[in-house]
Amino acid sequence: MSTGTETASTITDSTIAAAPDEVVTQSLLRIVALPGTGARAALITLDNGHDHTKPNTLGIAGLASLDSAIDAAETAAKAGQIVALAITGKPFVFAVGADLTGVPRLHDLEQARQLSAMGHRVFRRLGELPVPTFALLNGATLGGGLEIALHCTYRTVSSGAGLIAFPEVALGLVPGWGGAYLLPRLIGAKNAIKVIVENPLSQNRMLNPKQAATLGIADAMFEPADFLVQSLRWAAAVVAGEVTPSRPLVDTGAEWDDAITEGRELVSAALHGSAPAAERALDLIDQARNRTPDAGFAAEDDVLAELIMSDEFRASLYAFDLVQRRAKRPVGAPNPALARPITKVGIVGAGLMASQLALLFAQRLEVPVVMTDLNQERVDTGVGYVRNEIDTLQAKGKFSNDKANRLRALVSGTTTKADFADADLVIEAVFEKLELKREIFAELETHISATCLLLTNTSSLSVTEMSRGLAHPERVVGFHFFNPVAKMPLLEIASTELTDEVALATAFAVGKALKKSCVLVHDAPAFVVNRILIRFLGEVIAAFDEGTPFDIVEHALDPLGLPISPFLLLQLVGPGVALHVSETMHLAFPDRYLVSPNQQRIVDAGITRLLTWDGAVPRLTDEVTGLLVVGNSASTAEQLRQRALDAMAQEARLMLDDGVVAEPQDIDLCMMLGAGWPFHLGGITPYLDRTGTSERVTGRRFLAPGVASLPTAPAA
Amino acid sequence: MSRPIRDVVLVDAVRTPFGKAGATGLYAQTRADDLVVAAFRELLRRNPTLSPDRIDDVAVAATTQIGDQGLTLGRTAGILAGFPRSVPGQSVDRMCAGAMTAVTNLAGGIAFGAYDVVVASGVEHMGRHPMGEGIDPNPRFVAEHLVDTEALVMGKTAENLHDRLPHLSRVRADEFALSSQEKTAKAYADGVIPADLAPVAIRDAQQGWGVATVDEPPRPGTSLAALAALKTPFRAHGRVTAGNSAGLNDGATAAVLASADTARELELSIKARLVSFAYAGVEPEVMGLGPVPSTQKALAKAGLTIEDIGLFEINEAFAVQVLAFLDHFGLSDDDPRVNPFGGAIAVGHPLASSGIRLMAYLAKSFERRPEVQYGLTTMCIGLGMGGTVIWENPHFDGRTS
Repeated sequence: MSTGTETASTITDSTIAAAPDEVVTQSLLRIVALPGTGARAALITLDNGHDHTKPNTLGIAGLASLDSAIDAAETAAKAGQIVALAITGKPFVFAVGADLTGVPRLHDLEQARQLSAMGHRVFRRLGELPVPTFALLNGATLGGGLEIALHCTYRTVSSGAGLIAFPEVALGLVPGWGGAYLLPRLIGAKNAIKVIVENPLSQNRMLNPKQAATLGIADAMFEPADFLVQSLRWAAAVVAGEVTPSRPLVDTGAEWDDAITEGRELVSAALHGSAPAAERALDLIDQARNRTPDAGFAAEDDVLAELIMSDEFRASLYAFDLVQRRAKRPVGAPNPALARPITKVGIVGAGLMASQLALLFAQRLEVPVVMTDLNQERVDTGVGYVRNEIDTLQAKGKFSNDKANRLRALVSGTTTKADFADADLVIEAVFEKLELKREIFAELETHISATCLLLTNTSSLSVTEMSRGLAHPERVVGFHFFNPVAKMPLLEIASTELTDEVALATAFAVGKALKKSCVLVHDAPAFVVNRILIRFLGEVIAAFDEGTPFDIVEHALDPLGLPISPFLLLQLVGPGVALHVSETMHLAFPDRYLVSPNQQRIVDAGITRLLTWDGAVPRLTDEVTGLLVVGNSASTAEQLRQRALDAMAQEARLMLDDGVVAEPQDIDLCMMLGAGWPFHLGGITPYLDRTGTSERVTGRRFLAPGVASLPTAPAA
Repeated sequence: MSRPIRDVVLVDAVRTPFGKAGATGLYAQTRADDLVVAAFRELLRRNPTLSPDRIDDVAVAATTQIGDQGLTLGRTAGILAGFPRSVPGQSVDRMCAGAMTAVTNLAGGIAFGAYDVVVASGVEHMGRHPMGEGIDPNPRFVAEHLVDTEALVMGKTAENLHDRLPHLSRVRADEFALSSQEKTAKAYADGVIPADLAPVAIRDAQQGWGVATVDEPPRPGTSLAALAALKTPFRAHGRVTAGNSAGLNDGATAAVLASADTARELELSIKARLVSFAYAGVEPEVMGLGPVPSTQKALAKAGLTIEDIGLFEINEAFAVQVLAFLDHFGLSDDDPRVNPFGGAIAVGHPLASSGIRLMAYLAKSFERRPEVQYGLTTMCIGLGMGGTVIWENPHFDGRTS
């Protein structure tokens, strides 16, 4: 039977309405023969009517459909017509979690609790039918999808199922439709914490099917070619008592305690209390061992409702949408059809950055990449670096031998720029000196074609200045990568007043082919990420120079939950590079960007390492401390934090007013993808809004209430 | 260089349940290649001592080799079924005798010494690929009277056969058809047929996933009166009906063949030993006569006579075509040696797949009838051909029946 016409009207225990734009995942129920037996089972297929590119999600109407299907199965079970219920997904997808499209409209705690409770009420029926239930995980299984599976008596997984995970904590939620209660009871607290807390906090790492089976989440794994048939045969054997799946032994005593303690340490180190979801998840896991299902599910309802009504979660939703959507369709990019094809790439420079770029271009564009430098020795070093990297990746099994051969053959070196004559793209990656870059561009123009795209990898110099005086300044574009180039997803693409649409379209097409998330930036000093980071670091270092103790400086920003502390960031960027950029920025904006005399001293002394560790606690090295001259005007952590936030709010507003980027969304996307700033800040502007910083400093918010925060008034 | 001809044995044969072609059929939304994969997977599962890397070739037959029946199914279905990349594959076509031809082609390779173990298969999804899809007959067929246009419509050739052999009446055809339904129902009840079925996951966008575990075409409750009331779609007041012919069907079959030595080495079962095979041509307008000359040839090559054959599996494309065969060899319409578990009229005839179904049925009979030494599988083929394979019963106990 189909439940396609059922809607939320069948829900008696809830007053929340289905979102009008919910893509409803129907629960299609069919009675099937269990192969090899005379017995029959009910088989539910979760299917939203679209192909795998729009995966199954569960909204209010979807839950109602599942509820109806379970009704029918229950009737059949009570009548003795079926011996089991199985539930599976449409091709390649089981279900990827709750439908969050309606969540921004939820405006009070009671509504949020009803949504949580409705999930529990429906899902738990899968564990309370008079017949055993089997979740057949044929494809991607995330969040609420995995919770459906956990409520079932048994689970099988396809070895081709793709991703299996509870990503909730990364979004500022907990697996609150039974996951936080059921998973630790199934596989123990330690492994449950890994799945529910640790993985989401580690770039949202997910499980593959084998790991899911090893952890005991799935009782059996079958190959995709005949997954459904083999799963049903296995289910028949379980029903007949011929097979008894073995389950992990779960210690609810000391092991459980230890796991919780370790989990709390991990969360505290990663987040410093900046986002509540991980801690709430640990609370739920901790208590799961002693709670009845009723109590466990009720506790999940409370936590889920509280989190749904938190600004951290609303900011995370906003952030998730930016990363999922806006990052893939850059705002302001010209029509992609204008882009010119790239058949050969030239790279000026053979240093570390240039070599990383050569590898990336060869790997992603699969066209010849020619590196050039002043002498053969430098060229050989650069090409050698790239070939070594290819060897390493080949040894790790990242490429086949044929692919590695192909890539090695693509990368070559030369000392004459005449070899760029037939290149369609040349990028410079030489030392950050404007005059040098201008000379190189001028020289390049004597060799390259009039349409060859000219890119600069500068991180702070003016692209406009660089293109001044060229015969064809319209093909100059800034291409600002982040370190390490292979891993960091962001590419700031900087256009000047002179850049034409074809060049810009080509730059975006290249960025996309490089698999980077591109953000359009109008040429301005340090573009977006570095402009914010250097301003923020400048304030922090200034407070330190004034006499604020190291520990206060190092931890003042902890409540934001940034990925690294200020001094560690400074050390990673390199004091020399940071100083150089500060000087450039100071020239551009002398009032707002300061050059720290202490930083100057450190660089003059040739020191690159600032920190040393006493156990897990960092401190400045004695060598650094000996050089410092600090004042006697100490700030409190609160004062320093406010100073840093105020500076960022000011800088972000100026960037918007000057048209460096189109919208606050672009700044937030840049901070998340370029600096790794967390979802719960929404990048940065939602946090500046919710702390009142933006209104205090600039007189206005960046985003209207409700965009990345709780709505102020009930939604219509 | 000389070498001995090696004995070829049938190790095992399975098939998917057969479905009715069309928008509401069992496999309406299931791909043909997925049917082959289901059969391959079941075949290997039933024969765990056969390591897939020992398979020397895979031949899959289909009449319409386009779309999901194209792209060299022997290779693609092998990859989809998880066979090692080292296992090659090919596609075969001899219309209805596709799977039979896949078996005999590969058997020739085994006898020659080119192969040790092979997988032969046939598939036809007549719902996704209706008969005649994409054909482009040369106009010379008509212009030079090479083939009558009626010869391209199999039902009309069956009517022609009734014309040629007027004593084979509609009533006799209907009686034979009823018997096929009754024997099929009994074979189901006895568990003979279900034992060799590979279940298939079937998905329907409106109903979700399901599982095919039984044949869809049989009509166990039918009667002579019901059969007599059916229309004759190929000719007004004709004799050929939907009831005394095989339907339009979807399904796949697959078999493992091996040299006898390899079967022993790998501890594989031996369900039949290949004795001889032959194909023959007849006038395309009476293609149903094809099995007569192909059987005569195969018997002659084997040094046997029709009296030596204790079991017959004749494809029931049309009842009249079976009756013509029986008539020629002097067998009665209800000879118990013929199609003891029923045939295509009841269970269906997904064109190129049927040859291996006949072999699977014969193997079942061999197990149950150790007093029989020889059996044959035979079928008529479009454009006027017949094919026959003679098999020896490995369970033969030397008794005379």
